[in-house]
This record gives sequence, structure tokens and C-alpha cells, in this order.
Amino acid sequence: MTSGNLRHLTAPIIDNNPITLQILGICSALAVTTSLATALTMSAALTAVMASSSLVISSIRGHLPSSIRLVVQITIIASLVIVADQMLKAYAFEMSQRLSIFVGLIVTNCVVLGRAEGFAMHNPPWPSFLDGLGNGLGYSLILLLVGTIRELFGTGNLLGYPVLPTVEAGGWFQPLGLMLLAPSAFFIIGLLVWAIRSIKPAQIEKPEFATRAPETAGRP
Amino acid sequence: MAELNPVRLWSRFLALPNDSRVKTLGVAFLVALFCATAVSLTAVTLRPLQEANLQRERETRLADMIAALPGMADILRETGADTLETVIIELDTGTIADEIDPAQFDYAAAQSNAEASTPLPAEADVAGIGRRPDHAPAYLLREGERLVLAVLPVYGSGYQSTIRAYLALEGDLNTIAALSIYEQGETPGIGTRITDAGWQDRWQGKQIADDTGAVGITAVQGGAAEGPFEVDAIGGATRSSMGVSNLVRFWLGERGFGPFLEHLKAEEGQK
Repeated sequence: MTSGNLRHLTAPIIDNNPITLQILGICSALAVTTSLATALTMSAALTAVMASSSLVISSIRGHLPSSIRLVVQITIIASLVIVADQMLKAYAFEMSQRLSIFVGLIVTNCVVLGRAEGFAMHNPPWPSFLDGLGNGLGYSLILLLVGTIRELFGTGNLLGYPVLPTVEAGGWFQPLGLMLLAPSAFFIIGLLVWAIRSIKPAQIEKPEFATRAPETAGRP
Repeated sequence: MAELNPVRLWSRFLALPNDSRVKTLGVAFLVALFCATAVSLTAVTLRPLQEANLQRERETRLADMIAALPGMADILRETGADTLETVIIELDTGTIADEIDPAQFDYAAAQSNAEASTPLPAEADVAGIGRRPDHAPAYLLREGERLVLAVLPVYGSGYQSTIRAYLALEGDLNTIAALSIYEQGETPGIGTRITDAGWQDRWQGKQIADDTGAVGITAVQGGAAEGPFEVDAIGGATRSSMGVSNLVRFWLGERGFGPFLEHLKAEEGQK
């Protein structure tokens, strides 16, 4: 693997992370991160779908009529999602019940179509595959971080095994109910964005609108 | 002259400008064909595994429901039966069809098989199932000679899916012991609240019919469920709640298990 290709794989993990930099795929990041196990399954499903859809779309990109390219991309992504969903229903039935519709909703996840349209349509299959894989891993990293924090502080468990002894079980840890609600994922992702942009100031965007000048701000 | 060599045809197709009409239609058709094949292949090959998963889920639900009923675990232990007695019922007459072996009876197939089911007239089809199978299984639990529990498999249309559940009746065959929904595809987060234990528990202890024998149980809106025949519908999930209520009413009625329950009551009365 050349260093250029390797870059396609590693760049989306932190530098160009789909969640913290592009702010895509937030819906599923909120919904499936209440426990680490669901976050893990969802990450695996999305990474598999994204890598294979990028590969397929990239390999037929030379013959895609521009008038129907989005339709074709969505059709391919949707088929791969159905395949992933059926696999989960057959081999991980309980997990697919817990994820309910969110595996199916991968198809509407902007990350997948974004990479297909933004990268796979203009690059050869192998870099596209790596890019899809890298973005999937970047998405997974954030999901797993959020899932770990939420499950650990929301229930005191990790992957269902007790880590912090809860008060109910005779320990000292009082579970934070907020962690199991959707807003906590917003807070955690916000803090992650803040942390990453403090370490890598290059990610900070220019303000799109100028704030008001100080002398006008004081007027009624 | 028409070119018939498929390799040449294929390369000519690929050489067409991307925006030509033939190529657009061709690409759309081929993508659809490949995607459809991939999806159907996975669905068909994985079907047996998924069915087995659902079957296991059903059995767990039935076992859980019985285990959760007060006293039932004790009765099961005392009688030494580790499971319930399964009977196949001919729904029209309400009698037990001895000629059918319960182990061989495929209830799921009977529901869609035209020969094993009867179309329902629209006004009688409260549960929205279209056809009703001629035979249905029921599970009975006896303590000595006395009937203590009858579990009926019930199903019907909710808001957007078929809801399947087990309805357990106490020995008097007029009191609901439990309702357990084991399969549904209602709107996630809204209609799926019918599977909440809290809501299903509200069915417990409700009466089915009044003294005249008319099925009275129903879900009601607006939190006014006071009477022994009324269960609160879930706010925001009224259609799903009413779906459950309708299917319970249908299966307890004369087109469902009604005749069988009458027979059973008469039998118990003679003892």
C-alpha cells in the first residue's frame, strides 16, 4: 500500500472525521450509542456497507450517466444495507431487535452517500475502498467513544458486564440517567468536537457571518 | 447488419456516450437487476435461519409469559408438566380436532393457505386479517382435572403491520391472565409501545364478556378506562392500541375462539 493510499484510510479517522468535522451521521450516533454493544454492531454494519458501496460505485463510475447517478448510488447502497440487515437478523437476531430500524436507516446516512458522491465517483476502486473503510472507522471511533461513555456512566456496565459497582448492587456508583437519553450524546459529541479542534486548530472553520460590531451591540 | 456476438455488443454498449438514452436505460436496468438479485439471494438463503430465530423468540415469550403469571410456575412444577397441553381446534364448531397431530400442524402456513382458511366478510373482519384459518392451536394447563389456564395465539392488523400475541385466560375463561405481544412492526418508538410490559400488564384481570355473553373488552381513548372491560389506549399510538383491542375482540368472538371457549366452559361446568 503506498503512502498516498494509506492516507485515504487514515485521514478520515481524526483529521477528516465524518462525525466531528463533517458533522454527518449524527442521527444514528445519537440513537444507537446507549450501549457499547449496539454501537459496535452499528459501526461494523456501516463500515461494511460504506467500504463495499464505495468499491462498487467506484468500479462502475466510468459508465454512470450523470442524469441517474444519484439514483444508481442510492440503489446500490440500499441493496447493501438490506443485505447487512438480513445478515444481522439471521446471525445476530437479538441485536437486530435492539437496533430496530437503525440498520435500515444507514441508507439515509449522509456519510455513505457523501463519500460515494464526493470521493468514489472520481477515484479508482482501491483508494475508494480505503476511503470508505477509513470513513467507516472514523465513524466507528466516535460511536464507540460515545457508546463507552454513555453505557459506563449511564448503567455502570460495559458490554453488559458490571465495571462500576452501582448503588443498587450494593456499590457506590449512582448511574446518571441523563446518559441514557439522547441529549447526552449531543453533549459528548460537542465536547469531542471541542477537544479535537483544540488539538488541531486547522479544523476550526471561519465564521460564516460576522458578529455585530461592539458599538452597535449595546443599543436597545 | 445486426451484430450478434454478445462480447462485441457489450463493448459497443460500454462505448456509448454515458448520457445517451440507451446507455442510461441500460445502466439503470442492469443496476436494478444486480441489486435485486443480490437482495433476493440473501433474503432467500437466510430465511430458514431467521424463521428459526423467530420461532425461538415465540417459544421464549410463551414460556416467559407463563413463568411471569403468579402461581403458574408452581402449578407447572406440581403437575410435573414442563409445558402446556397443545390442542388443535376446529374454529367453526369449536371442537378439538383429534385427527390433526399438534406436532405436525403448521399454523403459520394455515393462515395463508387458501384451502386451510376461509375468507372473512368485511363486516366480520374486525382484526383485519382477510382470511381466517379453519384450525388453530390452543394451549391448556390443568391442575388435576381443573383448567387453570388457556393460552390462545391471536393476530391481526395494527397500524402498519401484523401484530401477533399470546392471550392467556384464567380458568373461568372470562378473565385475562396476560397478554404478550411477540411480533409486530409498528412505528418504532410510537406504535412499538404496545410491547411495553407496563401496557400489556393493564390487560391483566380484565373481564372479557358480561353476563349476556357479549364480548365487551375494548381499548378506550382518553384515560377513562375504569370498568372491568376497558383498557387504556396508548396516547399517540391509538391505532396500534386499537389494533390490539380489535384482534383480541375478534379472536374471543364467535368467528375466533368463541365457540371453543363455550364448549370448554360447559365441560368445566359439568365437573
